[in-house]
Amino acid sequence: MSLDKHYLEYPERSYGNDHDRFSWSMLADRQAITWPEGKALAVWINTSLQFYPLNQRGVPFKVPNGMTMPYPDLRHFTLRDYGNRVGIYRCLKAFEQYGVRPTFAINSQLARDTPYLLEQLQRCDAEFICHGWNMDHLHYGGQDEQEEAEWVQRSVETLNSLIDTPVRGWLSPARNQSWKTPDLLTANGIEYCCDWVNDDMPYRFRTDNGPLTMMPLSTELEDQFIIGQNLHSEDSWVQQVKDAFDFLLAESATQGGRLLTLSIHPWMMGQPHRISSLEAVLEYVMGHEKAWNATSGDILDAFNRQTPHED
Amino acid sequence: MNESLGVYDYWPYRDRPAIQWPNGARVAFWVAPNIEFYELDPPANPQRKPWPQPSPALPGYTIRDYGNRVGHRRQMDLLDKYGIRGSVSLSVALCEHHPEIIEMCSERDWELFSHGIYNTRYTYGLSEEQEREMIRDSIETIYRHSGQKCAGYLAPALSHSEHTLDLFAEVGSELFGDEAGIYSCDLFHDDQPTPVRVRSGKRFMSMPYSLEMNDTIVYAVNKVEPRHYCTMLKRHFDRLYEEGSESGTVMCIPTHNYQVSCPHRLKAFEEALEYITGHSDVWVTTGREIAEHYLKHDYDAALADIDLKNGSAT
Repeated sequence: MSLDKHYLEYPERSYGNDHDRFSWSMLADRQAITWPEGKALAVWINTSLQFYPLNQRGVPFKVPNGMTMPYPDLRHFTLRDYGNRVGIYRCLKAFEQYGVRPTFAINSQLARDTPYLLEQLQRCDAEFICHGWNMDHLHYGGQDEQEEAEWVQRSVETLNSLIDTPVRGWLSPARNQSWKTPDLLTANGIEYCCDWVNDDMPYRFRTDNGPLTMMPLSTELEDQFIIGQNLHSEDSWVQQVKDAFDFLLAESATQGGRLLTLSIHPWMMGQPHRISSLEAVLEYVMGHEKAWNATSGDILDAFNRQTPHED
Repeated sequence: MNESLGVYDYWPYRDRPAIQWPNGARVAFWVAPNIEFYELDPPANPQRKPWPQPSPALPGYTIRDYGNRVGHRRQMDLLDKYGIRGSVSLSVALCEHHPEIIEMCSERDWELFSHGIYNTRYTYGLSEEQEREMIRDSIETIYRHSGQKCAGYLAPALSHSEHTLDLFAEVGSELFGDEAGIYSCDLFHDDQPTPVRVRSGKRFMSMPYSLEMNDTIVYAVNKVEPRHYCTMLKRHFDRLYEEGSESGTVMCIPTHNYQVSCPHRLKAFEEALEYITGHSDVWVTTGREIAEHYLKHDYDAALADIDLKNGSAT
């Protein structure tokens, strides 16, 4: 018994990353960033608006939070649809109450098919991020290149045709990509992407069609991760967000501006028994004098003013 | 395939020869940060899939990259604050990829021990010669980058063969005699060090490295809330501290810089470190120091007692 000799060969074993997308650096060694008005902690509140098709294909992997039962899975289809009908309006009310400037990552198919919802979201002085076509349009290694190119183009163009200013940001369904996704994003005018959760601050990312900025949208602090996947209580989620806020605020005192990303899903936090937990979090983060609630685009602009693009 | 592991004998926890740690400490406390490198495009292994998605599998890869870019420094700051030198379970390719981290560990006199080349290269399917080559590579790489003679081993991604412990002991001896290849972190059968039989007959031992206290097991497998992890660590310590008044115990916290160093989890970890190091009779130490002390002072008494408890007529 043995493996092919290639299994003990390591072609990428050298300085830096094992890919060429960006330069290796540790956050603690980078130039300090300052936020407008001397704020210490930028707070990016992202709400993902998602369509989970009933006839889910699940190619090439199971759609996170998608259908799990034999067709037709009325249970999960309607639980997710609940977010776009009911949950989002509880969230919007909470945003209004606490003066949140929201960011919405939306599946382009949903934006197209629910004009009333899109109109309500557009009244929030919000930033829109393109969240792909729908949750069953997964981008993945080995995907047909033409298929993916068509998906990215259709998603961006559709959303652009529906909103006032061209979309700048991208969040892939399930935060998964093919080897080509970043190149396709810049080819379609996208400035920043949220998929790579390997940092607590924005950083520069190379593509074949010019620079991209990665704006990591933390998975570990997400409602669907903590409450949905880890089955922690809502109270624990609130505690964890507060602990993260306090830690990043303290770190900013010695290392410059920091970024708290809060990503929520109306199908989860918009439930009657959970909305008060979202409100508790908003009260905590929005009420702090050192916090700067901003959209992802505003945060990127502030970052761009202080950080040159590579190459 | 064997029915039983067979590298150690049954040895009841009660009535063992008392372990006496330096300065009368009850608990030898060590922290083992796993500093790992996972590949974006690893080769396929016949028995284990590296990632749930086809490469590039971003969800798993990028959070682990977070550990090295962001988390490591936070954890290091915290260990500095509480006077703890890490004993690093190292994917040794990190010496080439991220030498800055290795330099910082060396400056602090942290221990580096082998956790394989990459955490996406498994032992499964390797021939004995291939596994020997991989282990040799790992020990040599640590020596080349730090001057340390690797004392301990935790198999990459906890992937083992029947020969893993034998090979680690043998390659350690070939390269550095009794200074390298002396302890294993791959066995979870005890709260004290125990002798382990290897085929070369070398004096070799198991070092308690608690999977139950391992942050990845706690957070990613058992889905524990961060504040409760703190409670678990304190309770674990309290009991070992109490029992350590009779015979020295070992407490290990194995960590991962992509788990424990996330902003929402650091407070809980810090509280536990503050609590543990705030006790007077704790020996805050490293894996190698525990191993060397045990081999020198306790190993032979343990062997004799194991024979006695198993009815040997010697």
